[in-house]
Amino acid sequence: MIERRPVATFISHLVLILGVAVVAFPLLLAFVASTQSAQEIAQSRPLSLVPGSNFFETYRIALFGGESSMGSKYPPALPMMGISLVSALVIAIGKIIISLLSAFAIVYFRFPLRTLVFWMIFVTLMLPVEVRIGPTYEVVSDLGMLNSYAGLTVPLIASATATFLFRQFFLTVPDELVEAARVDGAGPMRFFFDVLLPLSRTSIAALFVIQFIYGWNQYLWPLLVTTNEDMYPIVLGIKRLIAGEAYTEWNVVMATAILALLPPAIVVILMQKWFVKGLVDTEK
Amino acid sequence: MSSLSFRNVVKRYGTGKQQLQVIHGVNAEIAQGEFVVIVGPSGCGKSTLLRMVAGLEEITGGEIAIGNRVVNALEPAERDIAMVFQNYALYPHMSVFDNMAYGLKIKKVPADEIRARVDKAAKILELSHLLERKPRQLSGGQRQRVAMGRAIVRQPQVFLFDEPLSNLDAKLRAQTRIEIQKLHRELGITSLFVTHDQVEAMTLAQRMIVMNAGVMEQFGTPEEVYHRPASTFVAGFIGSPPMNLLKSAPGTRAGQLMGIRPEHLDLSSSGWAVDVDTVELLGAERLVYARLGDEPLIVRIDEGQAAPAVGARIHVTPRADRLHWFDATSGKRID
Repeated sequence: MIERRPVATFISHLVLILGVAVVAFPLLLAFVASTQSAQEIAQSRPLSLVPGSNFFETYRIALFGGESSMGSKYPPALPMMGISLVSALVIAIGKIIISLLSAFAIVYFRFPLRTLVFWMIFVTLMLPVEVRIGPTYEVVSDLGMLNSYAGLTVPLIASATATFLFRQFFLTVPDELVEAARVDGAGPMRFFFDVLLPLSRTSIAALFVIQFIYGWNQYLWPLLVTTNEDMYPIVLGIKRLIAGEAYTEWNVVMATAILALLPPAIVVILMQKWFVKGLVDTEK
Repeated sequence: MSSLSFRNVVKRYGTGKQQLQVIHGVNAEIAQGEFVVIVGPSGCGKSTLLRMVAGLEEITGGEIAIGNRVVNALEPAERDIAMVFQNYALYPHMSVFDNMAYGLKIKKVPADEIRARVDKAAKILELSHLLERKPRQLSGGQRQRVAMGRAIVRQPQVFLFDEPLSNLDAKLRAQTRIEIQKLHRELGITSLFVTHDQVEAMTLAQRMIVMNAGVMEQFGTPEEVYHRPASTFVAGFIGSPPMNLLKSAPGTRAGQLMGIRPEHLDLSSSGWAVDVDTVELLGAERLVYARLGDEPLIVRIDEGQAAPAVGARIHVTPRADRLHWFDATSGKRID
């Protein structure tokens, strides 16, 4: 749009700046707080927005654990981040594999009750983890998967959203391509790996970003299935820092929060190009 | 190279009451190395017939044989055919080389032979400098050639073409037509070519199958189809403008139709008196749209002849040896 209307420009910029401020300010606050000492935070009201000098000390305690200057003990964040990373990766990759295969089956194979199966998968879109959490917990607990990676990830892997997304994508692949592959002698799995998978690259990338963040941000489910502190993901770890001690050292909490935020941010930044491509265009 | 036989081939979709029959018993024997064009209006079943040969559509009844082998139950890849699709169906993520080599890789042809075959095909089609490109970096004509190259490298018994020229512009189409003819002369592979364009059919075919509503109306050389159309449908479909079919021209018996092509009517001083409605100049010729009694009649005259005035009454004489007679009810030719 090429328009010259100063007032409209001013208002739109104002709205955008406000929006950015609303999103960015808490991040800034968390970062500034993580660079100050607990004492500075406790004594200053309101919190100073100038970064303090306690950066390395706070992050050392947050990352590797240990005793702070105030005398309270902190568990290390690093292993918790490891658990989060493994879970998020397993969930994201697992979801992609399962939904690629199920979408492939639904679109390209004629089997009895195909439509019914599709609608059953589709209906589960309305049943997020929180809704079916009771029975799912029962199953996971009966299978002895509490406090394990399997318990953290398996129930979250099946994904109607991703299946649906891939189905829609596969439906746009021209029939002629399928037929050409048949004439070339490619069997179903060969077609899947040689043609369909490369064509889905960008969708897979976009989905990976979304699902990685979904997996990383899980809170309620890990809260239920992990009782052993060795299996806490980082998101639970933050909560434990706040509730666990009588006196909360906010600098460590904020440092842990910043640490928890880094991996998803890195994934988004690294995959940004692919992510946008996957949502916007298809390479055909 | 093999012959190709259709034996009472039938195609039905659905079952019970919703059953729809789209191919009604096609019989044809195509000789080894022959170039046969299937032509007909859209929806006549010509593509379905081709896809049944390819194995992409099931054969409901009858038999299709390539060489001596009935292929009804074989997978497309086992039929030893190659197909060129209307939209080319190139794999968008593969280079031109990989597109052409894919079928051979699956067949586990040794890599150096694949290289040799692709290089040879690329040379014939003048694609050698494009082998590393992706399909989206190619023009329409180049994509079309890649699709042909993919068919050639398979060294099949039968080539199948499904309207491969319909996405090209007129000039490129004429050029590609000649290339296809040349290719067929060089390789001599039995070919089946589907089109709705009668010019393509006439120029490419050694013999052509004219289809209408799932029925094979005529199977013959372009000359036969043009000079001795087997039915009023063929007479109207082949030739542009179509043959005049007249119920009440002088000399027509009841229950018969007289057929005369516009180019076989000559201006004369006596003969049929017709009223001129419109005159079109097409360059080398003029088309005169006129009425004989209340029936429309198209006359083709050379550009050099004076154009009749619109609304004038002129006289035309049909060439006696170019008259065709058809049964008015069945539409079949009467000899």
